[in-house]
Amino acid sequence: MEERVKFTYPENGFYGEFGGAFIPELLQPCVEELQHNYLKIMSEPSFLYAFEGLLKDYVGRPTPLYYAQRMSDYYKSHIYLKREDLCHTGAHKVNNTIGQILMAQRLNKKRIIAETGAGQHGVATATVCALVGLECIVYMGEKDIARQAPNVKRMKMLGAEVRPARSGSKTLKDATNEAIRDWINNPEDTHYIIGSVVGPHPYPDMVTRFQSVISQEMKRQLMEKLGNENPTRIIACVGGGSNAAGAYFHYLEREEVELVSVEAAGLGVHSGKTAATSQIGTKGVIHGSMTLLMQTEDGQIVEPHSISAGLDYPGIGPLHAHLISANRAKVVAIEDDHAVKAAYLLAQKEGIIPALETSHALAALDKIELKPDDINVINLSGRGDKDLETFINFEGHE
Amino acid sequence: MNRLQKLFQSKSKDILNIYITAGFPALHDTVSIVKKLDKAGVDIVEIGMPYSDPLADGETIQKSSMRALENGMNLSVLFEQVKEIRKEAEVPIVLMGYFNQLLQYGIERFLMQCESVGVDGLIIPDLPIDIYEMKYKALFDKSKLRLSFLITPQTPADRIKKIDLLSDGFIYMVSVNATTGTERNIDEQYFERIHNMDLNNPRLIGFGIKDRAGYEQANRFANGAIIGSAFIRHVDTFGAEEVATFINSIR
Ligand SMILES: Cc1ncc(COP(=O)(O)O)c(C=O)c1O
Repeated sequence: MEERVKFTYPENGFYGEFGGAFIPELLQPCVEELQHNYLKIMSEPSFLYAFEGLLKDYVGRPTPLYYAQRMSDYYKSHIYLKREDLCHTGAHKVNNTIGQILMAQRLNKKRIIAETGAGQHGVATATVCALVGLECIVYMGEKDIARQAPNVKRMKMLGAEVRPARSGSKTLKDATNEAIRDWINNPEDTHYIIGSVVGPHPYPDMVTRFQSVISQEMKRQLMEKLGNENPTRIIACVGGGSNAAGAYFHYLEREEVELVSVEAAGLGVHSGKTAATSQIGTKGVIHGSMTLLMQTEDGQIVEPHSISAGLDYPGIGPLHAHLISANRAKVVAIEDDHAVKAAYLLAQKEGIIPALETSHALAALDKIELKPDDINVINLSGRGDKDLETFINFEGHE
Repeated sequence: MNRLQKLFQSKSKDILNIYITAGFPALHDTVSIVKKLDKAGVDIVEIGMPYSDPLADGETIQKSSMRALENGMNLSVLFEQVKEIRKEAEVPIVLMGYFNQLLQYGIERFLMQCESVGVDGLIIPDLPIDIYEMKYKALFDKSKLRLSFLITPQTPADRIKKIDLLSDGFIYMVSVNATTGTERNIDEQYFERIHNMDLNNPRLIGFGIKDRAGYEQANRFANGAIIGSAFIRHVDTFGAEEVATFINSIR
């Protein structure tokens, strides 16, 4: 009998050769506390009750699985949109922050830190901190503060402090460095709510589990609509990979379902201005995790480029590095202008303005051979209000 | 014999370890700074391999690393510089850097290069003992380089014992739970607790030590002290020539 590759859970913190917790001794107590407690806490009935209750009544779950008729006509293939953009705060990020704030409370933490790129995770973190009354500090690259101004204002109104990360490329990677350093300096009372399936074990697994509600609902919704839980393929954008991990989770071992991970090619995969991590990246350690990352021959981490702040990250979560290396997930890279075009198409065909990150997933429809009977589910990870300025000012669009 | 080993056999008190980022303030200052540190009687020189994303480092070392990378520092340049230093100076040299740098260079190749140019030890703050033991120890065991792992005020006793078993350079006692260069109140009880543990390795205290008082305090509880950020600030302010003035202000 052929042995089945396991994708769903890490073993000793590793997904195949990826993952682990490559952290300074200074972080050991914080990370170990989480490692020892996260599964236990997540299985407590009172935790599940609170988590599911908030997802339903506060976030507004389940999110619809919407059949996009005009898009389906356009592409001559069936297109379903998993509407994470309809979550409270406008993206899937809140599924994770709800879970982690409940976790932080149970670990008696009094102070919350987070990093953010597009500002969606920062807003989602500021939101749950307001919800439970905890202090919130969000690190954000100086460059991202400028290009995602509406979200900065939202975080401030929610009572969070936004601290600019001025080191390195002044984007998501540097905001993450600053958050980790803050945690080193405040090990006892602080919980770090990481925003994607990245970082040291157990973060990739914990965040994946919180986001897995996406595919859990998808299974039921597809069964209701089509009498079959399995679509032909699931398409999601991958920055760190949390919306993709959530959309894939319950299908990871069902190899008949195709998984399409869409990366940001920036100005082109080989242009030197890209965030197509898995295609030009090599194995290495970033933010405490062994994964694929963009780096020089000398092991210096390279500054990525994407028009989308949420995909502007030189690594990917270790689960995705594993899925891609094992050929379980297929990678498509989408350039900046193509993503913008895809956003306009969805806006004008369906009346939905997607986030720039999500627009990359939509653009992938142009790059996949679609058959008329295919069932394509696109994880519509967020809405595009925050990106209006970029969409409007992008050359070639009025 | 390994120079670190030799040092600890002949000296167990008042050891002074000075950290400098390679390629800072100018690319080729490493050689003259280390030679001057040697002449000034420093016991160990820790050379930082500048990294783009130094997670455990505070602002001073971050900035010096950025400058060094902009100056063009990389591992091949550094190995040439160590060779140059070894023509004149016998001070033990420990390289400090992040694990990804070793991974990309190739761990075996890195260890061999270090040995052949005259490096004596390594500090890799983001290689934790568990992963080291599980995946990489066999590789490191083939080399004569001495490894030093970190302990912090929060490290539990059983873990300290394990760290002591896996270290064969010294134990790097981080003075406070913070990134490098952070000045905070020292918990002398922690120093005393470790002092009383009767560990196999010599202990050096570092992070946030900036002057004679800090150096002397460390020496009351351990075999010596490590000074980094304060020395970098000194060189940054007064120039790469001014090495002895700093050392003379410490002892
Ligand atoms: C709407 C949206 N989608 C996707 C992402 C990328 O993150 P991930 O890959 O973790 O889903 C972001 C990140 O900010 C986002 O805001």
